[in-house]
Amino acid sequence: MSEKLLEARTLTMQFGGLKAVNELDFFVNRGELMGLIGPNGAGKTTVFNMLTGVYQPTTGEVVFEGNPIRGLKPYQIARQGLTRTFQNIRLFRDLSVIENVLVAGSHLARYGLMAPVFETKNFRQLESEQYERARHLLDIFGLEGKKDWSSGTLPYGEQRKLEIVRALATGPKMICLDEPAAGMNHKETHNLMELIAKIRQEFSLTVLLIEHDMKLVMGICERIVVLDHGVKIEQGTPQVVQSSPKVIEAYLGVDEA
Amino acid sequence: MQDFVQHLINGTSLGSIYALIALGYTMVYGILQLINFAHSDVYMMGAFSAYYLAMFMGLQNSPGVATLASLLAAAMIGCSLLGLAIERFAYRPLRKAPKLNILITAIGVSLLLQYSAQIIFGADPKVFPKVLEDSVLIDFGAVQLKSLDVAVLIVTVIMMLALNFLIFKTKIGKAMRAVSQNMTVASMMGVNVDRVISFTFVVGSSLAGVGAVLVGMKYPKIDPLMGTFIGIKGFVAAVLGGIGSLPGAVLGGLLMGLSEEMVVAYLSSTYRDALAFGLLIIILIFRPSGLLGKKGVEKV
Amino acid sequence: MRVPMLTFLGLMILGVIAEFTLDSFVQLMLIYVLINMILGMSLNLVNGFTGQFSLGHAGFMAVGAYVSAYLSTLFPDLTGGMGLVTFPVLALLGGLAAAFAGYLVGLPSLRLRGDYLAIVTLGFGEIIRVTLLNMPAVGGARGFYGIPGPTDWDLGGFVISKFLIGYAQAMFWVVACFFVIWRVVRSAHGRAFLSVREDEIAAEAMGVDTTKAKVRAFVLSSFFAGIAGSIFAHYANYLNPASFGFNRSIDAVIIVVLGGMGSLTGSLVAAVFVTLMPELLRPLQELVGVDVRMVVYSLCLILLMILRPKGLFGSKEVFELVRKYVRKTS
Repeated sequence: MSEKLLEARTLTMQFGGLKAVNELDFFVNRGELMGLIGPNGAGKTTVFNMLTGVYQPTTGEVVFEGNPIRGLKPYQIARQGLTRTFQNIRLFRDLSVIENVLVAGSHLARYGLMAPVFETKNFRQLESEQYERARHLLDIFGLEGKKDWSSGTLPYGEQRKLEIVRALATGPKMICLDEPAAGMNHKETHNLMELIAKIRQEFSLTVLLIEHDMKLVMGICERIVVLDHGVKIEQGTPQVVQSSPKVIEAYLGVDEA
Repeated sequence: MQDFVQHLINGTSLGSIYALIALGYTMVYGILQLINFAHSDVYMMGAFSAYYLAMFMGLQNSPGVATLASLLAAAMIGCSLLGLAIERFAYRPLRKAPKLNILITAIGVSLLLQYSAQIIFGADPKVFPKVLEDSVLIDFGAVQLKSLDVAVLIVTVIMMLALNFLIFKTKIGKAMRAVSQNMTVASMMGVNVDRVISFTFVVGSSLAGVGAVLVGMKYPKIDPLMGTFIGIKGFVAAVLGGIGSLPGAVLGGLLMGLSEEMVVAYLSSTYRDALAFGLLIIILIFRPSGLLGKKGVEKV
Repeated sequence: MRVPMLTFLGLMILGVIAEFTLDSFVQLMLIYVLINMILGMSLNLVNGFTGQFSLGHAGFMAVGAYVSAYLSTLFPDLTGGMGLVTFPVLALLGGLAAAFAGYLVGLPSLRLRGDYLAIVTLGFGEIIRVTLLNMPAVGGARGFYGIPGPTDWDLGGFVISKFLIGYAQAMFWVVACFFVIWRVVRSAHGRAFLSVREDEIAAEAMGVDTTKAKVRAFVLSSFFAGIAGSIFAHYANYLNPASFGFNRSIDAVIIVVLGGMGSLTGSLVAAVFVTLMPELLRPLQELVGVDVRMVVYSLCLILLMILRPKGLFGSKEVFELVRKYVRKTS
């Protein structure tokens, strides 16, 4: 039943003299919702960047669905079904909301460069399917009504949601969410977490969630990996993590006195 | 063998001039990530500043160290003021604009300088004043050490030592290094970023002025389009050494000058100007970050 | 296909009107306007829609011009009505040659940071120009004389003029260029271009092969630059490497920037402006006695970037702005 979808083996990322992530091992089972937590600067986003090909790990390997993916380009990894959102929101700001979503599915629209010029039947059909799909995804997140807005003009919370919709549009098996609730208030966060649970069901997704707010992750994650200073200090169920002295120490610091 | 040594001397002399120009490109790139297209025309204006100072003071035909010094001063001041003005009026309003816009502006400034110069100075070449007596200082028979080459080397070495002192031993130099590391953080730490950028343009531009006088001394013909080719070569030298790296610019300049001299000596002079682009393409394919450049990691 | 065809036919009616109302100098300017429209729209694909920066558009135009011109000298008879068939074919071949050159230049340089493309294309333009100067087969520095071009077509007393045939060919490619770019940009391919412009890292993470997208845009852009070159070669009957210097590349950049990066109709309007500018500035030039065209140009470029960084029309199409204006005023 619990089959490993993604596995990171002794991942290390070195920037100059600094080891941002040091020999990290972890895995994510298919269908799981796993949390990756740690104080600020623990190296969480660096892990995402290594998994999704933005950074080339200094050493180590990433295995996705049994295939090594280290060294592949980000778009190749995305097309294999591993996609992500960005902590610092990287929407295509001057494009409309629906265009943002359409870009993400563009590798699924298989037609030649000249097909749109002659408006072939194949082109029109694939294109209307793409629009239909994009509208459906936007609808789930309540953004369908704003599909023609310029994405940069959306309110902050909706920009975060659009990041998730866009990632979903690539047709992923696994999605890495980088602090999706950052900057949201309690109610918005709650609402977002329900949405994440919903899409996980609907698209049978595996989710890896970065969050530095521990309380949030405890509620929804099945398993948690805790990073501190680039090193894994704990992993296990929320109960295990919550009661781990190492985690408490990392989050609260140790009173030397 | 003696031939080779002679070419080595000539190439080093030419290369040190390229290095001066390359430093200007690399400094501005290091701080603003901008290819300052106008740099080559600032260089051209430096030559004309020196030329008109010589006309004004009647120095056209009085070679000597004093003439060299005053022409250098004129070119450095002229270029500094121009560089300052370009930064202030063309680049600063665009500090937060997309890179493409700044690049287009740089091209606009370059064209503006070239064509205004053609109108103001006339398109015909002018004869640069005689700066130093061209004599053979040391004669080893086949190998000659000429006064002009020695002067070029002495001046560039002085300039580079001064630059080194400026950047590593002074407060403004420290600020420059901080800004090129991270502009936002530097400004939060109380560095006056605008002032540092202006200062970078002043330094880079005055080095171009020095280069202009040295070139005028060796090849005494100046015209409004004289910057184009040397500008491209200086830029290629900067890329070759690793753009953003000061030692890289010097190394790149020397390599550029030496290889050009050798190509002309042992192959054919028709390849001279193709060399720069040939080198550029080879670097871009095999080592885009240059010889001494660091591979940039974009922050995500 | 109906819309482009009707557009073309409608514009041909304008051509017939121009045939009877305009003198030959203005007609020539009109052809040059059309050529610049193709140059501007095609460069907009790279600089405007894909957010890369090419400074060597004239080089690709030169490749198309010389290939097409050289091929045409191999055929003995291209006069009269034959031209309506042969010149589009020649243009296509010139365009393909330029596209191939675009592929060779684009593949290594487009992998790199944006500003490298500017330098490489600048260098490429210069290399092409210098190579042509040293090619005796196409005239070298002397220029390439006697290139066959459209001629008057005598249909037993009823004559279709050289201008009209040339106009038809140029207009055909303007319409083709417009609709090809217009429709490609509104497809998955074009959305990939736009995403590269907006945020390359995010585009990659969303499954867009950004290098491929950039190379595609660049090759398509070079193709149309080659077409423009071919039209130019056969209408002028003469080519000189000096016509394809840095200034022509800059002309194309100015058309894109002035019209708005990402606005095709903007490029059309700007092409008219840039082509006629030297003529409009002629009185000023006579007044001051020197060629101030480039000074005015460069000042425009700088001021535009500072005051209206997205060009006159931004990334909007002209009619969108008109619609907005009408809505506001009514």
